[in-house]
Amino acid sequence: MGKRYQNRIELLQGTLDMLVLQTLQWGPQHGYGISQAIRMGSGDVLQVETGSLYPALHRLEREGWIRSEWKLSDNNQRVKEYRLTSAGKKQLVDERSRWEMLTQAIAGVLKTAGE
Amino acid sequence: MRLPWWKRHQARELEEELQSHLAMAARDRQERGAAAEAAKAEARREFGNLLLVSETTRDMWGWASLERFAQDLRYGARMLERSPGFAVVALLTLALGIGINTALFSVVNGVLLSPLPYPHPEQLVSVFESKPHFEKGSFSYLNFLDFQQQNRTLAAIAAYRNTGFTLTGSGQAEQLQAQMVSAGLFSVLGIRPVAGRLFTPEEDRLGTAPAVILSTELWTRKFGGAPEVIGKSITLDGSSYIVVGVVPGELQLYIQNFRKNNDVYVLMGQFADPHFRDRNASWGTDAIARLKPGVTIEQARADLNSVARGLGTAYPGINKGIGVTMLPLKEEMVGDVRPLLLVLLGAVGFVLLIACGNVANLLLARATVRQREFAIRSALGASPLRVIRQLLTETLLLAVIAGTAGLVLAAWGTQAALRLLPASIPRASHVGLDLRVLGFTLAITALSAVVFGLAPAIKTARPDLHEELKEGGRGGSGARHRAQAAFVIMEMALALVLLAGAGLMIRTLAELWRINPGFEARNVVLLGVGLPPGMAHASPDAVRSSLRQAEQAIASTPGIESAALSEGAIPLRGDNEDEFWLEGQPKPASVNDMAWSLLYVVQPAYFQVMKVPLLRGRLLTAEDNEHATPVALVDEDLAHRYFPHTDPLGKHIHFNSLGKTVEIVGVVGHVKQFGLDTDARNLQDQTYLPMMQTPDDQLAGTTEVDLLVRTTLPPLTAEDAMRGSLQHMNRDYVIFGGESMNDVIGKGLAARRFSVILLVLFASLALLLAAIGIYGVVSYVVVQRRREIGIRMALGARRGQVFQLMLRQGARMALAGLGIGVAAAFGLTRLMTSLLYGVKPTDALTFAVAACLLCAIALAACCIPARRATRVDPMLALRCE
Repeated sequence: MGKRYQNRIELLQGTLDMLVLQTLQWGPQHGYGISQAIRMGSGDVLQVETGSLYPALHRLEREGWIRSEWKLSDNNQRVKEYRLTSAGKKQLVDERSRWEMLTQAIAGVLKTAGE
Repeated sequence: MRLPWWKRHQARELEEELQSHLAMAARDRQERGAAAEAAKAEARREFGNLLLVSETTRDMWGWASLERFAQDLRYGARMLERSPGFAVVALLTLALGIGINTALFSVVNGVLLSPLPYPHPEQLVSVFESKPHFEKGSFSYLNFLDFQQQNRTLAAIAAYRNTGFTLTGSGQAEQLQAQMVSAGLFSVLGIRPVAGRLFTPEEDRLGTAPAVILSTELWTRKFGGAPEVIGKSITLDGSSYIVVGVVPGELQLYIQNFRKNNDVYVLMGQFADPHFRDRNASWGTDAIARLKPGVTIEQARADLNSVARGLGTAYPGINKGIGVTMLPLKEEMVGDVRPLLLVLLGAVGFVLLIACGNVANLLLARATVRQREFAIRSALGASPLRVIRQLLTETLLLAVIAGTAGLVLAAWGTQAALRLLPASIPRASHVGLDLRVLGFTLAITALSAVVFGLAPAIKTARPDLHEELKEGGRGGSGARHRAQAAFVIMEMALALVLLAGAGLMIRTLAELWRINPGFEARNVVLLGVGLPPGMAHASPDAVRSSLRQAEQAIASTPGIESAALSEGAIPLRGDNEDEFWLEGQPKPASVNDMAWSLLYVVQPAYFQVMKVPLLRGRLLTAEDNEHATPVALVDEDLAHRYFPHTDPLGKHIHFNSLGKTVEIVGVVGHVKQFGLDTDARNLQDQTYLPMMQTPDDQLAGTTEVDLLVRTTLPPLTAEDAMRGSLQHMNRDYVIFGGESMNDVIGKGLAARRFSVILLVLFASLALLLAAIGIYGVVSYVVVQRRREIGIRMALGARRGQVFQLMLRQGARMALAGLGIGVAAAFGLTRLMTSLLYGVKPTDALTFAVAACLLCAIALAACCIPARRATRVDPMLALRCE
């Protein structure tokens, strides 16, 4: 039960967290909006599964990195919006620097291997 | 699946959140031109499995372990419901154990642990003047003033002594309980006036207008709580005092020379009796002090002792060798009852352990029945740890229910204990259920759950497969039986310790009752008599005649066999001493080099009332009056100590403070002045002086004397009858405080009797629980070995042999328990040495009786299941397996 999604969460963890935090940096957003923003921002390359997104949002909220609030949307619909907390901002900085280190390291390895 | 309430709301929100996601996705598609239905379906498809998404998200909520706990709890409750017999027995046993522990702890908490009800109670100390003969001696007022002025470590020090007044001019004449205090007493304690003001240091001296502070109770009772009474004057012993303020009558000071309840407070510095200003006269005056912030009690003790040395140098004739005894105020109040309460707390702790042992055995026995259940759980992949957790949850549930019941029991039990508590246990009013008591209950509940739950849980969760296989799966797990036996042995040992402790206390009480107090207390009533207020300024002859008339009127009252006025002659009450030297010896230079004797100032009838036996010479008569040669009687102790080889009769002794020489005309028996058991620790030598021969200067100003009567009437009836005859003669006489001498003696033993009652109660409870424990295990063994018994009987074993075989099972456990118990008791009863009298903590007889009693009860408990074993039908037993 739930194996399919759990595997993906593990695969995407960290990265998905970082993408969610990054998206929220531009302002509060609901779950659907976050998934759309990531998709558009990546030029349709990254499709975020709802089965990964919502567990990630609830987990990030429990960690205290984001906060949620029920709002009325433009269409007069009740939506749950997430916003970045100051702890979340710090977390985003940490994750970005770790990500840059990782990509540089991988790039370094690939470069060496390619020569 | 039904969600717990706290999750339902969250689940609804998640549902709405996901639905809003779907709606937005559908709308986006519609805006891009898709048909409404198709857009919805497309959004659904892209979203994936709605239920699965919400399940995975819920996992993030972190309630998983709590949910498992709730599941275990529900399961545990169902298990308890399914075996109500087990549940009731286990719950009752535990509730009783937790209940009495909580009740007793609430007493310990109130008396020993709770802080004194004053600001910064840790700075308060009790101070006494120590002398060569008295560790906690009393201050002479002049010495006290010097200590007050010369110390450098005390923020303040205040003296007090108790006294009494006759209140006249405010309705009927009335005897008042009074405390004579230094001005600073209330501020040392941090007590604020209810009305008016406190005493000022300026008025605490001779020559100022007499001031009085009323107790709230007297203020309300006599003056209706009217604020106008402040500034008015009242008449005490014929003198007028200005009321300056009102403070509580009960200051909650449970110390000697301070009354529990006072009607009025007056200033010590205004006390005009010239003898009070004699540096050698100490009239039951003790002190309370507050240490300066940051000063330790050791520093203060050293400081005051150095002041004492200075006083010793300055007045060697009187103060040579004096010092101070200083201890924390709380220690002075409750130090004496601490060992008693701790012993009782230990005893109930043992009872709880025994109760835990029984419940553990019940659980172990039940574990056999549930073996299949746990085998299935293990087969389905439950780890031993998971099974232990489930079992501990069950036992925790059991303990929490029992703890709650125990708390209710304790609330009731504490009330009962408070009614039983002797007045001699100080601070009883502080006993009650508070947060600390609740915390204690919670702690022992959790602890007992672990104690009785862990062993069975481990045993159940890790079945010894090898053992199970060997037994052919026929139940009867030897390992489990061994564990049960271990619990029973522990219970037996604990019960023996309690029995031994209770036995020692019973023997102590018996020894104390056997002590001859030196007088016949039965039918003796003691009272106080207040002379008419005019006597305060009357001539010595007028006082003498007033005393004679009063005694005559009292003695002629119907129902009064004999009556005697006295001073300082009531055993177990206040005492009076003077120093003396023998005729023919030089007068010692310092009073502290002189000999000391208790002084009993009595009327001749005293010996008829108290029946103190005459050993040699003669008793006092009416002829030993103010005109005759001064005479005295001495007790056998004084006679032996100071006249070991000569006849004391006809010898003279000089009393120093009294300033008179008396001739010894008789020797009487020794009276245990200081209590049945504690007398030997105090001054022993006693002298009886005729009241009528009291020197003029000391007789003057007498306003109040003691009265002892022999009567078969109840104390209060006798008091009313005597009041009638006295006031018939003169309305201004007051008679008060009727109390039977037996009650006074009883009060001295009350704390011990209370502890005996409780210890016997706890020991009986322990015995009962241990008997139930051993009964349970032997019953279990009988059931387990039914097949074996059947075979034995089929092979020709007689009923008697089977009975013996089963009994031996119990006897072995009982004896093992006895052995351990005797060893433990040997070590533990030592801790109660201070509570014992006339019996050693390792008294062989007590131990033997306790062991025999325990053995007998244990075997009796085993007989019931053993007899059941003999009734096993061999055929039935063989067939049913």
